[in-house]
Amino acid sequence: MSNVVKGLMYTKKHEWVKIEDSKARIGITDFAQEELGEIVFVELPEVGGTYAADDEIASLESVKAAAAMYNPLSGEVAEVNEELEDSPELINDDPYENYIYVLTFSDPAEIEDLLDSDGYSAFLDTLED
Amino acid sequence: MKRTPLYDVYSAYEGVKIIEFGGWELPVNYKAGIISEHNAVRNAAGMFDVSHMGEIIVSGQGSGEYVNWLVTNDLSHLGIGEVIYSPMCYPDGSVVDDLIVYRLDSDVYFLVVNASNTDKDYDWIARENPVASSGMLPDSVAVENVSANYCQIAVQGPAAEKIISSLYPAAGAVGFFTFHRDAEIAGCRVILSRTGYTGEDGFEIYGAAESAPAIWNAVIEAGKPYNLLPCGLGARDTLRLEAKLPLYGHEISAEISPLEANLSYFVNLDAGDFCGRDALLKEKEEGIPRTLRGIKMIDKGVARQGYPVYLTGENQATGMVTSGAKSPVLDEFIGLVLIKRGTGLKIGDTLEIEIHGKRKKAELVKTPFYKKKYVQSGQ
Repeated sequence: MSNVVKGLMYTKKHEWVKIEDSKARIGITDFAQEELGEIVFVELPEVGGTYAADDEIASLESVKAAAAMYNPLSGEVAEVNEELEDSPELINDDPYENYIYVLTFSDPAEIEDLLDSDGYSAFLDTLED
Repeated sequence: MKRTPLYDVYSAYEGVKIIEFGGWELPVNYKAGIISEHNAVRNAAGMFDVSHMGEIIVSGQGSGEYVNWLVTNDLSHLGIGEVIYSPMCYPDGSVVDDLIVYRLDSDVYFLVVNASNTDKDYDWIARENPVASSGMLPDSVAVENVSANYCQIAVQGPAAEKIISSLYPAAGAVGFFTFHRDAEIAGCRVILSRTGYTGEDGFEIYGAAESAPAIWNAVIEAGKPYNLLPCGLGARDTLRLEAKLPLYGHEISAEISPLEANLSYFVNLDAGDFCGRDALLKEKEEGIPRTLRGIKMIDKGVARQGYPVYLTGENQATGMVTSGAKSPVLDEFIGLVLIKRGTGLKIGDTLEIEIHGKRKKAELVKTPFYKKKYVQSGQ
């Protein structure tokens, strides 16, 4: 059973979002890292790039497959986790500690579309055995 | 969905990850993960359930000549107890499958084929090829698909000989690409061959399907002092890629000839007729269109099958990626590319691979990426 952290917001595409004032810290969930397997490369977005919600923003390469990561909230990339360039496996070690990027979001109303931890757990129950 | 005779054994392991592969439910990795499993095979030992592989027996008077005509390699010198690798081609020179042929007896040939090609291969060998379909196959030759009767377990790595010897003391006497037909492991009669698909020394064990759990558990026990790990399909793929062993559907296929895949060592154009010979001879004379080369990524990223490959700055692709992965041993992103011949590219030259819409630099490198460590024949 995958770990779901209380207090974070989630998407059905298995991203987590931590709202910090006008910014959102974003990563992938434990379920996503488990599904992907050992991550060997993260294609990070460019700082300053603007993305709409649901835009493809990053890609994660694992020993098994390539997976696109979709941006959960519209906005501008404020920061990327450069540590992942040399150590992408940190995401496998702790997917909630090792975020992928921080976004300055432009439409707070979009936060309403995200799931809370209970909602995400319930969603996972529909996927897991 | 099909399952091997070992499904119940490994599906009970904590941390096993089972995926669908060519209609089979198989472990992609166990608890240790692909990279640890890969390293276990390079440094100690790993064991794979490859019971999904197909087995076809061709037997009876005339079977040797028939199998020799079906495959591109020359089997005329294959003795009883010996194994040979070969592509098997269509008349147009493209590849039906690649396989290994065991000569079990003077007129008994045991063909091990790729799982997802088993039915296609059986139909090709038994009925559809030009000899069989025109009624020229002697009645004395029988073709049987015996895949369901056999399990196949591969034990690979530098400690494989010690582990298997503790179960079958004569294992050390099985030379590279030979086999013992009547070996015994855990009280089960098996074919024990010194073969594999990892670039390491090792064995492949063929037993009756029902003996699979006994063999598997015996090897797990015997492997404990040597840190043997059960390994899944993920490690099998990265291991074979480092050793540049071709995978059907990637480096060879019905669209790629064995000459293009640089398998000419296994295509004997000088030893009599075989299916596809005329086309391959013509291809060789007129110029082989493409060549399989190794690359290392300069810009980070995983080059995966089908991604287009460009000469630096050009708009027209010069080829495509056939396989790519992060090499655990080299700690580099490596890949195989099938590109036009005659581009003048040399080792160390750069080319570009389009990964997720971005051109990334790669460098042409020597292959295999990892030097194979097989035992010497007759050792």
